[in-house]
Amino acid sequence: MQLSFEKSRAGRGCSMMPACDVPVSEVPASLRRVTAARFPQMAEVDISRHYTELMKRTHGVNDGFYPLGSCTMKYNPKLNDEMAVLPGFTGIHPLQPEHTVQGCLEVLATLESYLDEITGMKAMTFQPAAGAHGEFTGLLLIKAYHESRGDVKRDKIIVPDTAHGTNPASSTMAGFKVISIPSNEDGCVDLDKLRSVVGEDTAGLMLTNPNTVGIFDKNILEITKIVHEAGGLNYYDGANLNAIMGIVRPGDMGFDVIHLNLHKTFSTPHGGGGPGSGAVGCKEDLAKFLPLYQAVKDGEGYAFRNAERSIGSVKEFYGNFGIVVRALCYCMVLGAEGIPETSTNAVLNANYLRVLLQDTYKIAFNNICMHEFVITMEDMKKEIGVSALDIAKALLDYGVHPPTIYFPLLVEEAMMYEPTETESKDTLDHVAEILKEIYAKAEADPASMHNCPLTTPVRRLDEVGAARNPVLKFAF
Amino acid sequence: MTAVSEAAVIKKIHEEAIMNVKENLKYSKSHEWVEEIDATTVKIGLSDFAQHELGDLVFVNLPEVGDTVTAGETFADVESVKAVSDVFSPVTGTVSAINEELLDNPAAINEDPYGAWFVEVKEVSDKEELLDSAAYSKLCEEA
Amino acid sequence: MGNYIPSTEDERAEMLKAIGISSTDELYSAVPSQMKVKKLNIPSGMAELTVDQKVRAMAAKNKVFGTIFRGAGAYNHYIPSIVKEVTGKEEFLTAYTPYQAEISQGILQNIFEYQTMICELTGMDVSNASVYDGASAAAEGVAMCVDRKRKKALVSAASNPMVIQTIKTYCFGSGTEVVLVPAKDGKTDMEALSGMIDQNTACVYLHQPSYFGQIEDCSQAAEIAHNAGAKLIMGVNPIAAIALKSARECGADVAVGEGQPLGMPLSFGGPYLGFMATTHDMMRKLPGRIVGETKDVDGKRAFVLTLQAREQHIRREKASSNICSNQALCAMTAAVYLTTMGTEGMEKVAELCYSKARYAAKEISAVKGFELVYTGDFFNEFVTKTPCGSEKLLAKLEENDILGGYPVEGGILWCVTEMNSKEQIDKLTALLKEVASCN
Repeated sequence: MQLSFEKSRAGRGCSMMPACDVPVSEVPASLRRVTAARFPQMAEVDISRHYTELMKRTHGVNDGFYPLGSCTMKYNPKLNDEMAVLPGFTGIHPLQPEHTVQGCLEVLATLESYLDEITGMKAMTFQPAAGAHGEFTGLLLIKAYHESRGDVKRDKIIVPDTAHGTNPASSTMAGFKVISIPSNEDGCVDLDKLRSVVGEDTAGLMLTNPNTVGIFDKNILEITKIVHEAGGLNYYDGANLNAIMGIVRPGDMGFDVIHLNLHKTFSTPHGGGGPGSGAVGCKEDLAKFLPLYQAVKDGEGYAFRNAERSIGSVKEFYGNFGIVVRALCYCMVLGAEGIPETSTNAVLNANYLRVLLQDTYKIAFNNICMHEFVITMEDMKKEIGVSALDIAKALLDYGVHPPTIYFPLLVEEAMMYEPTETESKDTLDHVAEILKEIYAKAEADPASMHNCPLTTPVRRLDEVGAARNPVLKFAF
Repeated sequence: MTAVSEAAVIKKIHEEAIMNVKENLKYSKSHEWVEEIDATTVKIGLSDFAQHELGDLVFVNLPEVGDTVTAGETFADVESVKAVSDVFSPVTGTVSAINEELLDNPAAINEDPYGAWFVEVKEVSDKEELLDSAAYSKLCEEA
Repeated sequence: MGNYIPSTEDERAEMLKAIGISSTDELYSAVPSQMKVKKLNIPSGMAELTVDQKVRAMAAKNKVFGTIFRGAGAYNHYIPSIVKEVTGKEEFLTAYTPYQAEISQGILQNIFEYQTMICELTGMDVSNASVYDGASAAAEGVAMCVDRKRKKALVSAASNPMVIQTIKTYCFGSGTEVVLVPAKDGKTDMEALSGMIDQNTACVYLHQPSYFGQIEDCSQAAEIAHNAGAKLIMGVNPIAAIALKSARECGADVAVGEGQPLGMPLSFGGPYLGFMATTHDMMRKLPGRIVGETKDVDGKRAFVLTLQAREQHIRREKASSNICSNQALCAMTAAVYLTTMGTEGMEKVAELCYSKARYAAKEISAVKGFELVYTGDFFNEFVTKTPCGSEKLLAKLEENDILGGYPVEGGILWCVTEMNSKEQIDKLTALLKEVASCN
């Protein structure tokens, strides 16, 4: 398929702009750009077809099962998209006076009230644009908290080795050193190890529960207590909230600050990698450090308020507002009954898929799991050389999106499946059949597995070449 | 698997494990090789075993000339497509030269590990316990 | 009520049986019972029809201005219909990050085209696949330049206050010292910059045009920075970048900016688009995802996420940035916009903005009390005095469905784009004449 630049022809174009209705002024030569910027020159019909071609080479949740562990690829309701692009929202300049944006402030404040209740937090900001951005923000709250109390020697964040890479990376960005603690054989936090590393230099612990192998750590209250007793705070990575929302609240587990991934748990679309929204909630003690521009109820209406010792801003304006609108619609539709129903069904689906596969594949921790479970291909890799990667690529030939592979690092040749609640039993039965078929093929002809995928528009790529000799833009 | 095919697989694994070990060099337990140029000057690189374990390398992050390196601590890292691995210094000293060719051609580490030196270190004041080629070969076989 | 769950009561019973439990409660046996939520204190679920009505009612409480003369970081530009059509396609909207390249060539190729366009816009060698917005892009730019020896960032006080604030917050995390370079005549005070820069300075940040709309001499800033061994991070307005000297031509090391003007609606501040581009030398310091070209086993050209060893999922605590998600759909929006406008269309937009701003500045500043505060060259924003404070003036404009300029130090910051017709500008001027008498 050609690039738009390759389809470009001088003289083609669209006519979007009218003639100038005031005297034309030219930028003086001394200020003017010397080499012009070149963009494709295409007629509208060709642009339309170009993007249709690209669309056909894209795989969305609307195309089929998307069991990416840790990503919660649930169905994206269309109501949300329609509401987010209402002119009453898209036409609003962020610097309009408060009395003209009461609807926007109401959206922010209303979603906050839903999410504070669901998470057990007291206050929330929607400024962070993604989960990692939220982690960074939450960690800065912890930093500001300790500094405000003159407790400046707390420079360590404890992170389990099963954590998503953003956890330690965010800690470094926030100026902390990372203490990585190894997990138990069951993937949970080793309490003794935790006790041995907490101390006067502990700023906090970053944790997700259920953890990244899909298990709810039943020692969670003890864990958060150990950190609190050492003077640290507990940060909740909300990536796995889809397992427990409405069932148990991070605030009740002993967490002081959390981030949510609205693009995971709260159904906002992934957009091919973004935009997301990493709302950050916190308990009373940390609320005074939240980023600027919180929307709060003010008499009969709403207003912006700045936290008294705000850490400032992590981006311009108030966050990915269009994403917030979508998440609000979702919460309103689900409501008090729908929220726990969603989590329960997510966990039910995951366990059902697990038992369908357990006689064929090796499940890493084969007990009741939460919203996701991990399969290990370690034995097959050792015995006949077929890896998690091979299985993933084989799925592509069936039109099924692969699960997350090689994460978490705790499990060798890991494949992490998260079906979510929006998949039907029929889909799960069907996918289990496919996976069993793939397993049988792998046993019968291991070598053939290294050639998958066979039917996709392009096949396995030379990633080494791409990294050694980077070509990162079109060469005119 | 049948007995015949099982044996074939084991033979292949064993063959792959017999790595090239250069005789006149010394080796660290973390698979770096050390060429002693004189009493206080060494060159450091990665062994054949190391490059084989790491897979195709796509980039190297080297220190700068003048930087201090410390025995047992990382002084560089190598990137493959999906991973980053630390390279540990077997000596304490000052970096006197870096192999800039590696920055443009990291594949050299895979193709010619003993020619692809990373750094030259002068004023060597401390060395880790180093293995000779025989001891190192043994270490690799046991791995 | 609604919950988007397809399974029926019967199917759930079958699944429970297959799992070997009798109720869904057993799924949560690991959760201590004292922690379990009894009932969430939120409204009951509602039907789609009800939610639709309630959310529309919220939107109706906002005032959508018919005429907008305000910029200050968010700009009212024309969005071609095809941009909305394309970016609304379900596959683009609901796809995940393109880690499985074989079925994600659509997303990957689009990002590759976007990266090319950002390089064209800035004149730089390499672009990433986007970051959250212009302010965080500036902050990430600072992180690219800081190293063990140089830990200070000089930031122009003539920049957007929100960008300055964001850089400061990021540097609260990293421990980088942020020092503001004073503004003079609505631009960066280059003399002060020369005086302040030293061997500890990692980088200088300024924006083209300045927050007050003035055109900066970025080449001079680059020279000052480079003479001290520091780098120049140039923030650019993407429309102005079409007409003015490119970041490359000015000698910048890193170019960043807010891409919202490229097809994204105002949308109360987001989602927007941060773009980052740099020289070949600094390529591996760029944070975020990058798409590269390669071949597949059959020799076909293909695209793939590359240079991933920079990123958090591999480097973890050693990563230079934690960024994971980008603003992929917004990057696509910018790419469709730039493709639809094309080379000529973009030059036309820039010409319209520049010309109309000049016309408006001339007309407005001719009204007594509305003299220009800064007299240097400007692109499409300019500050004028106000004869009697901005509140009354803006209220009057609001009555006439006009969102006036933004109150800043010394006056009002007006913004004019291709969306402002001559009639709108003339009407504005007439209203200002009325207000000028300060009644």
